[in-house]
Amino acid sequence: MRTKRTSGRRCLVTSAGVLALVICGWCGPARGQLSGTVKVDGSSTVAPIMMAAAEMYQAKERKVRVTVGISGTGGGFKKFLDSQPGLRTDISDASRPIKEAEISKAAELGIKYLEFPIAIDGLAVMVHPSNTFCDHLTVDELKKIWEPGSSVNNWKDVRKGFPDLALKLYGPGTDSGTFDYFTEVINGKEKASRSDYNASENDNTLVQGVAGDKGSLGYFGFSYYEANKGKLKLLAVDGGDGKPVKPTIETIRKGQYHPLARPLFIYVNAESYERPEVRSFVGFVMDSAGRLVEHPKVNYVAFSDEVYQLGTKRVQAGKTGSVMTGVPAGADMAELLKKN
Amino acid sequence: MTGATAVSSSLFMPRVQRRRRSGRAFELLCMLLSLFGLAFLAVLIGRVLWEGASWISVKFLTNFPSQMFPENAGIKSALWGTIWLMAITTLTAVPIGVAAAVYLEEYAPRNRLTKLIHFNITNLAGVPSIVYGILGLAVFVRWFRLDRSVLSGGLILCLLVLPVVTIASREALLAVPKSIREAAYALGATRWQTVRWHVLPAALPGIMTGIILAVSRAIGEAAPLIIIGAVTYVAFVPTGPLDYFTALPIQIYAWTDASQPEFHHLAAAGIIVLLGILLPMNAVAVAVRASQQRKKLW
Repeated sequence: MRTKRTSGRRCLVTSAGVLALVICGWCGPARGQLSGTVKVDGSSTVAPIMMAAAEMYQAKERKVRVTVGISGTGGGFKKFLDSQPGLRTDISDASRPIKEAEISKAAELGIKYLEFPIAIDGLAVMVHPSNTFCDHLTVDELKKIWEPGSSVNNWKDVRKGFPDLALKLYGPGTDSGTFDYFTEVINGKEKASRSDYNASENDNTLVQGVAGDKGSLGYFGFSYYEANKGKLKLLAVDGGDGKPVKPTIETIRKGQYHPLARPLFIYVNAESYERPEVRSFVGFVMDSAGRLVEHPKVNYVAFSDEVYQLGTKRVQAGKTGSVMTGVPAGADMAELLKKN
Repeated sequence: MTGATAVSSSLFMPRVQRRRRSGRAFELLCMLLSLFGLAFLAVLIGRVLWEGASWISVKFLTNFPSQMFPENAGIKSALWGTIWLMAITTLTAVPIGVAAAVYLEEYAPRNRLTKLIHFNITNLAGVPSIVYGILGLAVFVRWFRLDRSVLSGGLILCLLVLPVVTIASREALLAVPKSIREAAYALGATRWQTVRWHVLPAALPGIMTGIILAVSRAIGEAAPLIIIGAVTYVAFVPTGPLDYFTALPIQIYAWTDASQPEFHHLAAAGIIVLLGILLPMNAVAVAVRASQQRKKLW
């Protein structure tokens, strides 16, 4: 708008500029000029954040097309690291850090990526609301119940003093990132779990299962608990120090609800990030991450402003690679970002 | 004669009441079982209507999906995606399927090869749709480099319904009596003229029915489209065959999977719209078949 124009058109240009200012409000006349497609795919856990971001962003940048797919974290990385450059996504949503195998695939294909921690997802352990005897479980008790080959099928075998009541287990299916995360933290090995439980990829099926079965015990995303508060009883989890912590937004954000809270990430293809529409969309996501994540229809726990600022600096500086490589689950994100 | 009557009456007459009763019991059982299916359907449709009817509005059809404001969410992108898919599927599957049927019925010699082709087409109709998705991912998306576009999706659905269209068309052609062809030949018509002016018009209603049923199967499919990577959230309408897309079944699936109850109402409303497209299509197929039976030329 500030480039040279013929004087005859200046008036028109000026009024168009004023109009753009009025329409765009605070975003100024430089916005609304971009076009192109930004392809996002990956974790179904992260998808609501990115759909909300796409929605808000496209209200401003009407010509930029943001598509959000739900292929799961692993499926998303497959599309992020496709052997055909034309089929690669620009942004991959992940409910876990990028894995060794995916890192070496990226290196093999010469794909560089930027990492941004976008939110924290707390896993919630739940029982039927009529359950009065159990208020918390330790990680060891959870392991005893959920480890592969476990034969704990009655509450009385979980802890001394629990009543004789059949234990009915509900959990996510093996394709779910929640399953990967829970099994790694509780059973010590990813995907290592007893298999004789009611499994569903649909969290609503799990909510209904736990809410409809007196001896039930289930785990799934904290946001699903929030949306179904009345039907379920939330358990505190004791990470091993004898102090059970109930998951709340506060305890999750401060890292106190350990180990069942996990960071969620977006990975941006560094080459795509050079494209103005991708850079602009990612900039928008980083700027408004806190607001997006805590929106009632998205409902995750936001990182502290410090984490978002450090993450944004790292992306803007073009630092590729993951800060999470070799880091055990439950580490403090701000410290990791400071170190890198 | 009288002896035979006496024997039969002495054998069967005393139990006639009982036989009639068991006959009626069987009839009742069959009726209950047929109502069982209907009752289930009624419950399902009733539930969907209960959950979703109040969410149907013009806004629902003309707005894009929304994560932040489910009360304003709509199915514009999914509806247009489905319309694009239907158009591409119909435009490709109909010429190929009908031509294949015409060749097999009217031209091909009846030998081992054509028998093998018949046999394979019948088998292909029973292949699970996800297999077509995997095939389409390899052929259309990767090999032909059509990307994860609405064209790839439409072509996969074309492959999916092609056997159905071919079989239905073949059966319609088979139902045209030989005498019609012989009459045309007798008047000096060539094979092409016979097919073009006599056989095809006579078989058209049957072919139409097959096409409508096949396409209505195609638009309810989600699995093969998810395999090729149709996306879930799109806030634009495809403007060309190479654009990214979503479709009604994918949008409905994504909404049923969301945590907030508003999205379940949206899913139900989406199902009503999908049924609103499917039921009239099936009704047209039934009507075409009925009119064909009324206006039979032979």
